Amino acid sequence: MATEPQTTQAGDEFEREPVPEKAQKGASAFWGMYAGEHTAGTEFMIGPLFVAWGASAFDLIVGLLLGNLLAVVTWRFLTAEIATQKRLTLYYQLEKITGRNLVTLYNLFNGLLFCFLAGAMVTVSATAVGVPFGDSIKMPSFSDTMPTGIVWVVTCAVIGVAMTVVALRGYGFVARMGHLAAPWMFLVFVACGLVVMGKLDTMNLFELIKAPEGGSKMGFWGVVAFSWFCNSAMHLGMSDLSVLRFARKPKYGWAAAAGMFLGHYVAWICAALLLVYWVRVHGVDPAQGKPPGPMVWDAVGWAGLVCVVIAGWTTANPTIYRAGLAFQGMFKGMSRATGTIIAGTVCTIASVFPAFAMKLLDFVGLYGTILAPVGAIIVVDHYLAKRVGIATEPAASGKMKFNLAVLLAWVIPVAIALTIANAKNIPAFFLPLPCWLACGVLYILFSKFTTPQKA
Amino acid sequence: MNHPALIQVAKVLGLLSLAGTIVPPVLFLTKHLALEPMKFIMLIAMIGWFVTAPLWMKGGDQ
Repeated sequence: MATEPQTTQAGDEFEREPVPEKAQKGASAFWGMYAGEHTAGTEFMIGPLFVAWGASAFDLIVGLLLGNLLAVVTWRFLTAEIATQKRLTLYYQLEKITGRNLVTLYNLFNGLLFCFLAGAMVTVSATAVGVPFGDSIKMPSFSDTMPTGIVWVVTCAVIGVAMTVVALRGYGFVARMGHLAAPWMFLVFVACGLVVMGKLDTMNLFELIKAPEGGSKMGFWGVVAFSWFCNSAMHLGMSDLSVLRFARKPKYGWAAAAGMFLGHYVAWICAALLLVYWVRVHGVDPAQGKPPGPMVWDAVGWAGLVCVVIAGWTTANPTIYRAGLAFQGMFKGMSRATGTIIAGTVCTIASVFPAFAMKLLDFVGLYGTILAPVGAIIVVDHYLAKRVGIATEPAASGKMKFNLAVLLAWVIPVAIALTIANAKNIPAFFLPLPCWLACGVLYILFSKFTTPQKA
Repeated sequence: MNHPALIQVAKVLGLLSLAGTIVPPVLFLTKHLALEPMKFIMLIAMIGWFVTAPLWMKGGDQ
């Protein structure tokens, strides 16, 4: 799972103009960035959650391969193509289609979801920080949604406040730290997997990771869908336009493969093995799970604990920073510091509740379901608007402040999908693609009636 | 630290630190190293990496 990128961020430069040729970057910047971004603290949570959901070795090895490949292809042929043709941020491009006021609404959802995601990262870090305190801190299990005690609350609050203070100072230092830590962190993930295989005396993943007798709650297609859509806000949802607009060529979109196959493949499987060990040797109920901190401590010691903290810190910090920018963008006159403090406060409060980390598969699915459909509006506007006879960039003149067609096309499929998913108990990570497709179709239909045919 | 020789030394030590992070678990897997020494070497390697990498590794600060 990744947060907003740590380099070439929207808001830094060329906010309301195409990125000029001299500012465009070579391929290596993107390979390094994607590799670092997708080896985050939450990977320690997602791998074990696959085991808790009953994924088998085949589901993980083949399902993750397929899902991540589809994610990379989406980045390459959808996001990178539009990014390098338009070279605008998501926000400015949206503003030209939806009007200023609707971008504000998008910013609100974006900012809040970022805060909750950062909160999950703080929670993961707290499970590592709490290890040296032994039994005086009660670690949450996968089924915990509420704080587990006062010491837990204090631990999360201290980490959350510390991260907010660092975010207030900008993210330069943390981004640099994340960049330096990335290769080492990846190796620590691999080390965890190797140690577990050594302890269990087998390298046969098919023997190690088996679906429970009652069947998998997730299944092959669940793993495919999750790995494809866990970052759907960034590829289908076009959030990464803000990054890839700096790419000299659209083929740099392939760089997403570095993040997918190192972080979302190798690291997830290695993290999954940690819980497999605890289930087999210590009799832990996979549904209850075990928090990442103690598992990593047991496997690789201090290096693992530091890895969990750094992985959480270096990804939560830019997330708080970006959430602060999103809030700042909503209100004229609000300083970045105020926006960051609001974001940090929401993040810290969220981190106290283990629900966001322990239900991360659901939360990430919800995150994509809410934000990704907006990307369909951009795709329709870019590729289809002229062919189907609707106006391109209808709000570009600045006269339209609120494009009703966009709002309806966005809200209707998301509301219907979430209602059906809730009633039928369908995991949220199956929803981003149907919502995205429905949003695109509805936008065309509604635009025919609500917006002028020429911009 | 801009001296090319020192940067080269830092690079070598950095790469050795990465090796110190991954080789001990491999040795543990193949039963050539016990768990506690493995964890200790990984701790030393971690310190080595974070001391040397900033001296030569570029990027991430934009």
